[in-house]
This record gives sequence, C-alpha cells and structure tokens, in this order.
Amino acid sequence: MNFDLTPEQMLLKDSIDRLIASRYSSLEKREAYRKEPLGFSEAIWAQFAELGLLGLPFSEEDGGFGGGPVETMVVMEALGRGLSLEPYLTTVVLGGGFLRHAGSAEQKAAYIPEIVVGNLKLALAQTERQARYDLADIATTAEKTDRGYVIDGQKSLVLAGDSADLFVVSARTSGEQRSQYGVTLFLVDANTPGISRRTYSTQDGGRATEIEFSGTIVSTDAILGPVDGGYPFLEHVIGETIAALSAEAVGAMESLHQLTVEYLKTRKQFGVSIGSFQTLQHRAVDMLMALEQARSMEMYAAMMVGSDNADERRSAISAAKVQINRSARFVGQEAVQLHGGIGMTMEYIGAHYFKRLTMIESLFGDTAHHLHQVARVGGLVAAA
Amino acid sequence: MDLRFTEEENAFRDEVRSFFRTEIPAEIRRKVSEGRRLSREDYVISQRILNARDWAVPHWPLEWGGQPWTPIQRYIFTEELLQAAVPLPLQFNCYMVGPVIAAFGSEEQKKRFLPRIANLDDWWCQGFSEPGAGSDLASLKTRALREGDFYVVDGQKTWTTLGQYADWIFCLVRTDPTVKKQAGISFLLIDMKTPGITVRPIITIDGRHEVNEIFFDNVRVPIENLVGEENKGWDYAKFLLANERTGIARIGLSKERIARIKRLAKEVPVGTGTLWDNRDFRARVASVEIELKALEITQMRVVATQSKTGSSKPDPASSILKIKGSELQQTTTELLLEAAGPYALLTGDQIGAGPNEPPGGFDWVDAAAPTYFNNRKVTIYGGSNEIQRNVIARAILGL
Repeated sequence: MNFDLTPEQMLLKDSIDRLIASRYSSLEKREAYRKEPLGFSEAIWAQFAELGLLGLPFSEEDGGFGGGPVETMVVMEALGRGLSLEPYLTTVVLGGGFLRHAGSAEQKAAYIPEIVVGNLKLALAQTERQARYDLADIATTAEKTDRGYVIDGQKSLVLAGDSADLFVVSARTSGEQRSQYGVTLFLVDANTPGISRRTYSTQDGGRATEIEFSGTIVSTDAILGPVDGGYPFLEHVIGETIAALSAEAVGAMESLHQLTVEYLKTRKQFGVSIGSFQTLQHRAVDMLMALEQARSMEMYAAMMVGSDNADERRSAISAAKVQINRSARFVGQEAVQLHGGIGMTMEYIGAHYFKRLTMIESLFGDTAHHLHQVARVGGLVAAA
Repeated sequence: MDLRFTEEENAFRDEVRSFFRTEIPAEIRRKVSEGRRLSREDYVISQRILNARDWAVPHWPLEWGGQPWTPIQRYIFTEELLQAAVPLPLQFNCYMVGPVIAAFGSEEQKKRFLPRIANLDDWWCQGFSEPGAGSDLASLKTRALREGDFYVVDGQKTWTTLGQYADWIFCLVRTDPTVKKQAGISFLLIDMKTPGITVRPIITIDGRHEVNEIFFDNVRVPIENLVGEENKGWDYAKFLLANERTGIARIGLSKERIARIKRLAKEVPVGTGTLWDNRDFRARVASVEIELKALEITQMRVVATQSKTGSSKPDPASSILKIKGSELQQTTTELLLEAAGPYALLTGDQIGAGPNEPPGGFDWVDAAAPTYFNNRKVTIYGGSNEIQRNVIARAILGL
C-alpha cells in the first residue's frame, strides 16, 4: 500500500503543473483562450503534444507513452487546478479510451499517431435527449446496407463536439431502445455527409454540440469493437472518464479552497482579518475535510478503474462519483459564501471554479444516479 | 500508487483475523457487536488473551512489550480487531497512561507499572476533566500541595469512564497556582484505595453507569508517584491526547456495525418484504458506506505517510480522522435506530414477573436506542470536534 507517485510520475506532474501555472495564471488569459475560434488555446494544445501528454495513455507499440490511470489523474488534477479549457478529457480519455479498448489494429494505427501529435481531436456522440444517465438508452439507429451502415438519429451534449474531427458514435443495430445488447460503436469522420451540428457554450466556459445524423453512410471499417457488443465498452471507458473527471474536480477544489483560505487571511472587516473569526475558520476546515475525502476517492477510483472485476470496478467508480459530487457542491457553495459578494461575480476566478465544479456534478451521472448504483448491488461492506 | 497490501501484510492480516475470531470468546464479541454492557471481567479476559500473545500493547516500546510492527501492520491489527468486535485493550491503560510512563516515567515506575498495565492487573482511569475544566482543560483546579514526601490532593474530577472498576487513576493536578495555567500542572499517579477518595456514579442518557465523579479530600500521594518533572504535566497531557486521537476514527467499528445493520434489515419485515428491500433505506446505508470508504482511504494515506517518514509524531490530519470518524460512528447508530423502527422504544426491563421474552419480537432492539444515545459522546470526548476544528484551522490552514 502506498500513495506515492513514482519519480517518472513526479516529473510528469512537475511539467504539467509548470505549464498550467504559466498559461493559466489569470482569469484574463483564460477568457482570451475561450474567445479563440475553437473555444480553447490551440497553442496550448500543441504544447500538450510536445510534452507527450496527448499520447500518455496509449501503449508504446501504438505510438503512445504507456501511462495508466495514475498518470491520467496527475494530468487531470493539474488541468482542474488551472480550469483548463482544452479538450483533453474528450480527445485523450474518452476518444482515446475507445480506441485503446475497442479499436482494431488498423484503427489504432490510423488514428492514435494523429492524436499523439495533436492533429486529431475526438468527441463522444452518445447522450440522447430522453436518456438522461442511462448509457443503454439509445434510439439512434445504424442500419446495415450493402454499402455499410446508415446512421439516423440525434445526439445531445456532445462535449467539445465542434472542434472534434472524429466522433465515436453509439447507435442501435438491434434490440429494444434501452437494451444493453444491440449497441454498436462507430468511428465517424465529422465531415461525413449527413451530419449537422449546432454548438452551444456551456455554463462552465466550454462547448457542447447537438448533432443530427440523417442518412449518414459509413463503411464497415468504421465499426469500433463488436457489432451489437458496444455497451460494455461504453461503460468501461465512461468509468475511466469518471475517474479522470474526479481528478479534475479535486484539482479545482484544491485551488478554490486555497483561494478561500487566502481570502480569509487578507480580507479585513471590523479591523481584523475575517479569518480570525471562529465560525469562518470552522467552515474552512469543513471545506478541507470535504476536499481530502474527495482526494481519497479520486485515488481510490484511479486504483480501481483497472480492476478486472467489473462489479467491484463499477461500485468503486460510482462511490467515487458520489463523494466527488458531494464534496464539489459543498466546497463550491462554501467558497462563494466565505468570499461574500466578490464570489458572486464573473470577474472573480473563484466563481468560475464553482461553476465548473457544479457542472462536473451532472456529467456522467449525478449523485442520485450513482448512489442508486451502489445501493442496488447492496453497498460496499458485506453484510454480517 | 497502490492500494494493495503486500503478501506479508496479507498474511499478517489473516493471522490476526483468525486469532481474534477463534481465541477471544464469542460471547464477549457478541456483546461488543450488539452494544451490550461488558463486565469488568470481560475486559480483563479479553485483554489477557491478547497480552499472552504479546498483542495487548503492540505500539509500546519494544522493551516494554511492544512489537516491531510497521505503521501499516498496526493499522491492520486495529482494524481487524474492531471488525471482529473484540474489545479494544483498555484505552486508559494501553493508549494513555502506559505510553506516558514509558516515555516520561522513571525506571522504577516503568518496572512497577508497565507490565501490570499491559496485563490489566491494574485497571486505570483518567483524572483530567473537572466540572470547570472541559475543553479548557488547562484551567483545572484540583490542587496538589507538597508536604514532605507527599502531595496532598484536594479537588474533583469528572467524566471518569469506568472509574468504578479502577485500581489507579492518573491525574492532572495543579502544583503551582502562581504561574501561567499550563505551566503549573503536574501528572500524578494515585492509588484509588487511598483514604479520602470518593467515587460517585453518573448515569448517562443511555441509562448506564459508564462515567463517574471522583472527589479528592486530603488525599496523600507519595512523591514517587509524580511522573516526569513537577509542573511539566501539560506536555505529557498533550502527548497523551495526541495519542488518543490517532486511531480514533474507528473505521473497523463502523464497518462492523454497518455489516450488522444490513443483516438485521434483512430480518425486519416491512409489507411483504423486508426493510432491506426499501430503496431509500439502502441508499442511506450506501451513502454512509461511501463516506466511510473515503475515510478509510484517508486513514491509509495518513498511515502510509507515517511509515514513509518513520515519524510517530501525531499528524494534524489525525484531527480530520477524529472529526469524520466520530461523525460516521454516530451516523451508523442512527441507521441502527432506524432499523429498529418503533421497537426502538422498548427497553429490556420487563415490568413484573414472567418469562423474559425478547422485547417486541427481536432480541436486539432494546440496545438500539442506548447505542444511539451513548454514541453522542464520541464527538465530545478526546477533544470535542469543535476543538479539533480549531486545531486544524491553526495547524494546517494557518488561520
């Protein structure tokens, strides 16, 4: 049992921390990146490629650097600390995850090297309006024809969908609408005829796209993983994504807690720093406890996400998401309250952490959803 | 980063687990699990079985019966002990006065007391709190006046847990009233049979006699019973309190209680099924389990840091463990209360004659409410959770 980073992981942490600290040193810089054409900084994306971050989780034989969940955790924490806008989660963790777990040798060879150098971005087109958090609720169809498959349907909330060059699309090839069996994944070029996109900005400064597939024709080469057997991959890769998102949340909570404690030390009222008031001290301590509990579950998720035992892995990931969500809400709300009026303004970076943390709560399953997942299987402790 | 124990650690865990479950009498473990009162004899039997295996005081210095265990082994040991519902070796002996004597006592005191402390030949109790000195412990007033080869002790201690069984009491006493309050305190060992000591029971809200008031009236204590230096008692007390906080999270205990609640919930009929079929109840249990898992990892992080730095210095993070651990212990007793439902109302005292049937058809419900009531103490003792928050605000946040 140990919770240390290896020397290589420490080096990785140092380099990403340095990059984020310099590139995301102020809210003004972040705002400037947000106003770039793609909604993030392409220069920073290029730096990610130079540092090897974009190839991190891919095996060396596929052209990557052989990192695991802990390496991803290190990177995501740093991105969370800086409130980075770059689509790392969608391209490397989500898109990359599907390629790693379900991709054929040809697909890996075609796409992974392009991701690693920063030329290719991915997004997952999975959620549908009616599905909420049910990963199997897929109405989009893919019908087999002599020319391949024809995809029809609407996908919602495709994170970073406007900058993506390639979509991982889940579609139903058989079975009822909410059946786990019968889901097939496809790799679809964003410029394929029959795809239309509408992109919105999101509450946390990012972007999401609504996509309509109408008679979109893809070849059989586009099939990712087994026909009708895509669901287990969806579940597995989204589990990895939740672990990564947990790390981002911990990074954001850590920054927000630091900001708050600093504020308590510097803000003066009644002739003293407000941090001298016991009520505020205790609330700052409660924030710290929420942060540390979240950090523990972030680590737990990173260590369990690779488990071969699918039941154990699912419960661990759901448990982690519940704790992360609860801590995120608590730390976020308390930070705004302890800052007072300034915490309510768009000109203050702390408010943006709060907004991102709030949105993380609802991504890939909210508290009620994941709590039910844990409860359904009887919890984490075996009955006596 | 790796959650797994090594092969040796797993073997160690299996060894202690099987020892606890085979060697400690099942009847004693049942009482602990059900929240029943333990007799003095139960504590003595259990601790002597541990001591015969050299496991009553594994955290002590080697020469006084300690084990050369890593912090991880100690952690495994305590967690397994709690999960097996084995009574912890008497806290006052093994975690409080023992380590203080081992660290600050004279050679003679060590030889005289430590082996008897480990074997529970002497039962010790704690004389710290006073009616006017709770969280502000240093304001204590019980005074010890030097008269020749004796200290003469006058005053009152309170909240003395299991003092009714005690042979000895370790006390903080005021030996110098003229200096800053922390600087005039000494650490004194007092034989409970000394004339002038009166023990008065306090019955707590669970209806049980667990704590006491102790009155000292002209009690003559030989000066060789002073630990360390006169007027240095506050330092020893801080050392003791920091030890008390380590391992106070009692995660194993909460796990054991949750496992039991799940079993009970499967026996409690609700409609055509059981309480366990109730989705809301299960969600509340799951919710507590998740927080407990997070705290377990937090504790493992603290233990891992200790084993890396080799430092036995108390980590301020142990205050986090105390706060969250005690809150979770209380939450598990709320679930127990909820599992008992309306039957939580019943006590085990049947009025009048007749066969002593289990109350309300279940043999466990009468202990549910007392367990809940009794556990309100855990956020108060060992430095209240508000005091712990003060400690974290100062030591970790720099506020």
